[in-house]
Amino acid sequence: MTVLAIRNLAKAYGGVQAVRDVSFAVAAGELLAMIGPNGAGKTTCFNMLNGQVAPDAGSVEFEGRSLLGLSPRQIWRLGVGRTFQITATFGSMTVRENVQMALLSHHRRLWSMTALATRSFAGDADALLARVGMREQADRPCAVLAYGDLKRVELAVALASRPRLLLMDEPTAGMAPRERNELMQLAAELARRGGIAVLFTEHDMDVVFTHADRVIVLSGGELIAEGPPDAVRADARVREVYLGSGNA
Amino acid sequence: MGSVPFFFMSASSILIQFLNGLASASSLFLVAAGLSLIFGVTRIINFAHGSLFMLGMYLAVALAPMLGFWWSVPLAALAVAAFGALVEATLLRRLYAAPELLQLLATFALVLVIKDFTLWAWGPEDLLGPRAPGMDGAVRIAGLRYPEYDLFLIGFGPLVLGALWFLLRRTRWGTLVRAATQDREMAGALGVNQRWLFTSVFALGALLAGLGGAVQIPREPATLFIDLQIISDAFVVVVVGGLGSIPGAFLAALLIAEIKSFCIGLGYSKITLVVEFIVMAVVLIVRPWGLLGRMPAQTRGPGALELPLALPSRNALVALGGTALALALVPLLSAGYTLVLLTDILVFALFAVSLHFIMGPGGLHSFGHAAYFGLGAYGAGLLLLKGGVPMELALVFAPLLAVLGALVFGWFCVRLSGVYLAMLTLAFAQITWSVMFQWDAFTGGSNGLIGIWPSSWLSSKTAYYYLTLATCVGAIALLWRVLYSPFGYALRAGRDSPLRADAIGIDVRAQQWAAFVFAGLFAGLAGALFAFSKGSISPEALAVPRSVDGLVMVLLGGIQTLTGPVWGAALFIWLQDVVSRSVDYWRAVIGAVVLFLVLVFPQGVTGFLRERFAR
Ligand SMILES: Nc1ncnc2c1ncn2[C@@H]1O[C@H](COP(=O)(O)OP(=O)(O)OP(=O)(O)O)[C@@H](O)[C@H]1O
Ligand SMILES: [Mg+2]
Repeated sequence: MTVLAIRNLAKAYGGVQAVRDVSFAVAAGELLAMIGPNGAGKTTCFNMLNGQVAPDAGSVEFEGRSLLGLSPRQIWRLGVGRTFQITATFGSMTVRENVQMALLSHHRRLWSMTALATRSFAGDADALLARVGMREQADRPCAVLAYGDLKRVELAVALASRPRLLLMDEPTAGMAPRERNELMQLAAELARRGGIAVLFTEHDMDVVFTHADRVIVLSGGELIAEGPPDAVRADARVREVYLGSGNA
Repeated sequence: MGSVPFFFMSASSILIQFLNGLASASSLFLVAAGLSLIFGVTRIINFAHGSLFMLGMYLAVALAPMLGFWWSVPLAALAVAAFGALVEATLLRRLYAAPELLQLLATFALVLVIKDFTLWAWGPEDLLGPRAPGMDGAVRIAGLRYPEYDLFLIGFGPLVLGALWFLLRRTRWGTLVRAATQDREMAGALGVNQRWLFTSVFALGALLAGLGGAVQIPREPATLFIDLQIISDAFVVVVVGGLGSIPGAFLAALLIAEIKSFCIGLGYSKITLVVEFIVMAVVLIVRPWGLLGRMPAQTRGPGALELPLALPSRNALVALGGTALALALVPLLSAGYTLVLLTDILVFALFAVSLHFIMGPGGLHSFGHAAYFGLGAYGAGLLLLKGGVPMELALVFAPLLAVLGALVFGWFCVRLSGVYLAMLTLAFAQITWSVMFQWDAFTGGSNGLIGIWPSSWLSSKTAYYYLTLATCVGAIALLWRVLYSPFGYALRAGRDSPLRADAIGIDVRAQQWAAFVFAGLFAGLAGALFAFSKGSISPEALAVPRSVDGLVMVLLGGIQTLTGPVWGAALFIWLQDVVSRSVDYWRAVIGAVVLFLVLVFPQGVTGFLRERFAR
């Protein structure tokens, strides 16, 4: 079942065509990797999917419903979770409180002036943190965490609303190789068992080719290849983009 | 003068009003351009810019009898420029790396110091300037007499615009200024001598302000009020024109001055502010960064690292309860003046806590919180005197006037952030002040309202003290409690990371708006309590210095702590009481103390102590 369908997406910043004519789809339970060199347009694509940036052209459909013109807030409510390439967390709150905020929002309790925030959904938050391996650090302030740990917190936050589509922009940056594989294992599990559609970007090719079900390749804003990992790895244009001259 | 509908104005009087607008625009443009220029390079909003304008006026008036008018104008401007350079080199230079809020506060302290200096040097009376020799006549335009000097001013603004354009576009200095405006690090890497550049830019900005003031003296008297009036006008101009854009400042100055001129010409001078407000509102809705402005680059985050908000420990609760109990026992030990002072402290503690509510956790730096305090105070007075409402009900319903104000102003304010927000809140407060000040028939104008006394059962100092104690302690406890609720957390979430907040479904603007109104409600309650404790109310209750008092209390106590504003208020009110009883120029003393504290304790006093003893 197709969860997310993108057609002919385009975005220019001034003279820079960041994304041009990109189309692809993600199915439920699928782990789709989006790769490409720096500046290929990956983050720009993500920003257009969750409503942060308005595309110049093209369409974005989530479960058959157009997302164009909706704010990130509305898109999140529909069931799209996201992590950022440059992590965005609430620095003056603890790790647990960060997740609790997402839970409070999911349960529409943000306007309560009588409840105690720290006592709300604490158990649920801890369960989510345990899944991403952050349970021990639940009481630490987010502002003092290592980068890889922040990425994990973001994942827990993104999962709090039980999304049906998960967008992860470089989820394993700042982690050791073993941690990377553990995190992607978790993502694969979410997709397989939870039926979540997962779209992620990643610079570590080992991670990509080990875990992704399918890979799409962006270069200069264009989609240049798409297919199962092995086919993409063998693709001449992809090798050219990654290795330079193409004589490899 | 009665009001004349627009279509009854003759073509010639329309022309005259139009010319009047052009003439006023010149001076306004000079001030706004200086403000914009200084901000572009140093990233400091100079709240003392109106004070530099005022200095220019007084200096020119003082120099004119000795040197003649035409020499007094440039010399006054140069003297102000020199003063500006001095201020930059001794004070502001130390603050470039400090949090935005402290920079604003420091320039605010300068406002106080300069005002008292002017009072000391030239006295409290308005000073009339001379006419401009050689231009003291009038010419006939479309059959009406028009002052020659105003024609000169009409040409003067564009002349300065041209000179600035030349300076910025055609000289090496201008290239450096533009480079620094666009990218400070880059300018540093280019080997630009930043110190010299910053000082010279500040001096030029001060020169423009001083010049703007000096050229006004044939048209209007120098007064001690002009500083805040000009700065809020300049803020409106800069917000409308776009911060950092000199042509934008010119365009907006024209627009605002023309609006004023036509409102006055039609006999509706009292609605000038309302019209100005509507224009600003429309511009902000259509172009949030002003007519010719660009979206500002993401400004610095919330200064220092803030710790998570832990639930108060048992000991802390006992200590707070003990303090409240001790306060309740005070009337048994002493009466009279101590109770009056403590009543003041309680009222202002509530005011400061309500300001902290939006400023600390909300990250909304309001420089006009006194508007809501004043609206509550006037609400109480008007309900009692004009509405004939019993005092008890007046106290309950008065804060609703503040809520109304916060609803309207807050709607605009939450659309902006950082310095834009600070300027807008100040402009709104100034507008509210002007309405109260000018509406003689309803608010008593500059005299205010008298005879706002509590009901007889509350008329003793002790009874009123208990009322204030119970109300303020309850309200402060409530404000603090809300910060521990999901609402309070969502507010902090929006401050910490608007991006993440938005991405998890938090409607940051709506929650900030609600918080703004909530804080306004309690500031209004403090204002109503204040009115009944004094028995009278004057426009001073919501003037800009009152807003600054609130800021000083919050920052003095430390913005990162909940109890900080309470201690800050206690310290401030006590200090004010002691100083104002022994020194005439107590505002200057307060200003100097603030400057000292800003330079020595950039984290506030409680923040400093906590950092000191946490180790
Ligand atoms: N807000 C912006 N303004 C101007 N140009 C932008 C903006 N955002 C992205 N770009 C440009 O668009 C292009 C694509 O950037 P994008 O961040 O999407 O790449 P990316 O594939 O995510 O790169 P990376 O692997 O480094 O994260 C780049 O050339 C970038 O400079
Ligand atoms: Mg990217």
